[in-house]
Amino acid sequence: MWVARKISMKTIWLRAAPREKTETPPVETPADANVVLRRRQLLGAGIALPLSATAGAAVIRREMPWQEGTASAPDAATQSQPATNAYGYLTPAEAEFISAAVARLIPADDLGPGALEAGAVVFIDRQLAGEYGRASRWYMQGPWAKGEKTQGYQSRYTPAGMYRAAIREIDQAVADEKRAATFAKLSTSDQDRWLKDLEDGKPKLSTVDAKAFFKMLLQNTQEGFWSDPIYGGNRDMVGWKLIGFPGARYDHSAFVGRHGERYPLPPVGLKGRPEWTKPKG
Amino acid sequence: MAKRLPPVDALVVGFGWTGAILAQELTDAGIHVLALERGTWRDTPTDFATTFAQDELRYYWRHELFQRAAHETLTIRNNASQTALPMRVLGSFLPGTSVGGAGVHWNGQTWRFLPSDFVARSHNVERYGKAAIPDTMTIQDWGVTYDELEPHYDRFEYLCGISGKAGNLNGAIQEGGNPFEGSRKREYPNPPMEMTYPPTLFAEAARSLGKKPFPQPSANMSRPYTNPLGVQLGPCTYCGFCEKFGCGNYSKATAQTTILPVLMRKPNFTLRTEAEVIRINLDSSGKRAVSVTYIDAAGEEVEQPAEMILLTAYILHNVRLLLLSKIGRPYDPATGEGVVGKNYAYQITSSVNVFYADKILNPFIGAGAHGMLIDDYNGDNFDHSGLGFIGGGFIGIVQTGARPIESHATPDGTPNWGSKWKRAVAETYLKSTSVVTHGAVMSHRGNCLDLDPTYRDVYGRPLMRMTFDFTDNEHKMSDYLTDRAEELAKAMKPASIKVNPRKGSWDVVPYQTTHNTGGAIMGTDPATSAVNRYLQSWDVPNLFVHGASAFPQNPGYNPTGTVAALAYWSAQEIRSRYLRSPGPLA
Repeated sequence: MWVARKISMKTIWLRAAPREKTETPPVETPADANVVLRRRQLLGAGIALPLSATAGAAVIRREMPWQEGTASAPDAATQSQPATNAYGYLTPAEAEFISAAVARLIPADDLGPGALEAGAVVFIDRQLAGEYGRASRWYMQGPWAKGEKTQGYQSRYTPAGMYRAAIREIDQAVADEKRAATFAKLSTSDQDRWLKDLEDGKPKLSTVDAKAFFKMLLQNTQEGFWSDPIYGGNRDMVGWKLIGFPGARYDHSAFVGRHGERYPLPPVGLKGRPEWTKPKG
Repeated sequence: MAKRLPPVDALVVGFGWTGAILAQELTDAGIHVLALERGTWRDTPTDFATTFAQDELRYYWRHELFQRAAHETLTIRNNASQTALPMRVLGSFLPGTSVGGAGVHWNGQTWRFLPSDFVARSHNVERYGKAAIPDTMTIQDWGVTYDELEPHYDRFEYLCGISGKAGNLNGAIQEGGNPFEGSRKREYPNPPMEMTYPPTLFAEAARSLGKKPFPQPSANMSRPYTNPLGVQLGPCTYCGFCEKFGCGNYSKATAQTTILPVLMRKPNFTLRTEAEVIRINLDSSGKRAVSVTYIDAAGEEVEQPAEMILLTAYILHNVRLLLLSKIGRPYDPATGEGVVGKNYAYQITSSVNVFYADKILNPFIGAGAHGMLIDDYNGDNFDHSGLGFIGGGFIGIVQTGARPIESHATPDGTPNWGSKWKRAVAETYLKSTSVVTHGAVMSHRGNCLDLDPTYRDVYGRPLMRMTFDFTDNEHKMSDYLTDRAEELAKAMKPASIKVNPRKGSWDVVPYQTTHNTGGAIMGTDPATSAVNRYLQSWDVPNLFVHGASAFPQNPGYNPTGTVAALAYWSAQEIRSRYLRSPGPLA
């Protein structure tokens, strides 16, 4: 299935490439790409359309478009099982920082694994290496101003850029305190103090708003703990098991009226359950 | 120089709920309709299949179904003394893009407004006196009445297969329904949804306080349904991925699941996707729209002439297109004159978290419009004498499904991270729920839309600028609702509650509702409204502007039911009068 998907994506890319000359944004999402493919195949199939009139728009007439294999499944790049050592974006020093931080934000304890064990670092790395890290959906044109709190995110940094600068500046500030070389090397109680200060916006970092970075880090850590395992975090669905969330099930109709009963089934992800796919023995 | 295409009879700009309804109605009248949609085609099996639709990260947190702010956003500020800055990341509201529009990721909460909502100014003046409405509150009567809209509400409810229980059938109050609603001619097409535990607990508590709880009218199917067009919807499976998601199950009424299978096959209908309208072109008199200019996926400008044009994009795009096309006089908050951009309004919400020590609530079981509510404090359903505000909202528990990244409330005093937080989340997730309030926002002189002087979109056009804040009326009203919600939450006999009132200025960051309204409001006087009571532009009679942009102020309900009823109301008038004799209808 994924092989077929990759081939069709590649085909689309090759066909779409010449359009870049017109300064159209390159085809980015599978959904966009599918329509391009369908239209071009329709045209190629000789279906009568006023071609000259509609060169750049998809014309849909007398049909509900549908083509086998075009379902907009999650990006294939996110599908592989969590890698352990290979990072796509983070440097080793950055990975150390994030590993230490997520282990304090959602610690491993007697209740079970924490964010580190759940793969939140792998999750964050992949997110920063992808569309989210580049802020490709965000409005990132200037001019730039700090703004009121009610005006939301106004940093010039993309998430990937924010992590890079923030970690550099926090590690520098930690080193200046002369208690440890980096945040990751602090005692856990000192790490907690640092995280609390970041949360309260106390450290004055040179380019990064401490509060904004902390908010992003905490959000991404929780995402890495509770998003579907296909994204590299929530390994073995430990985040879901902790709270009793049954995951990507789509039919609860038989259980709606069973008030007060504990839901009996274990969580399931978009790709099923680990024991369904793990090699035997 | 833009390429010019052959003219069409009617042109629909934006292909969501109102675009689909208008196209369906006008093609039935025999004319050729062309719809232009800036986004792409999308449909249930390809884009929201149950094999991957339940993905909280992808759809909610990474905004896959929503408008890309990088492509178009707006600038925001709370008042004219601030410099508006772009909404760089979506937050407070989530406009859609592509076929189906925001109607793909809506919840399906399908209301009728109260009869008194449509005469908000005259009703309140009559009951409470002129002093009840401050000079700065610019509320107006709609120019259309509940009774006029009743058959059109009915059509939409039967198109969608709304699940619900009538509270007022031909004037007779019905047990189990909303006793405050306007009189309806017939029962909902489908029975209410089966209730999960939290709404059931809320309903018991509300009854214990003498209130009349009722099931939320829902566009999630309580049973298999075939609508009057012959399109079939399947029963809802309560998967809990409804609001902010597409439905993989054909269980939520959307343009795709109710109209498109019929409309798309009609010989006199054409949809052009990846065609973003950038302006409406007028003739030299300025009184007739002759065409639109759109940019296609290749970046080419195309001019599409049409006999009539229907603006059916989201309200923010409708108003912006009017401003960019210089149609209608822009509103000036300094003088109160002008109409385009006037009376922008929103919704004010608050909540009370409810934590039990021992009750297992399974909050992940849910649907977009699945709840038990009371309407005792909505609109003018209660005496406002001495309260210092007008308007109201509904209160209740809507169990939309507790996706864990979004929903992991903890009791007061819990830190935001660390071991104590983790323990609290593990203990409370299955045992907590939330009573919400959903309140009206009246229109005010300073709350408005215009073009931003600084920021531009990808085409170099000015972004729209939103100047908006809650005023005293909203805060007093919302605090009053929150106090009632707290009483109801306590009557649910929980271990603890946490009250989350809406304090301070409107904040773009936390999600609130995608219920933006106004800016091209309807009315009976061209000096104070942009469109007449049939949603026809006063200035350009072959242009109609649909959607919640027509709301003179925003009542305490979700808007889609009224948006659709207005579309049918307008379509009826276009079919019966305008097509025979094009010209002003009022």
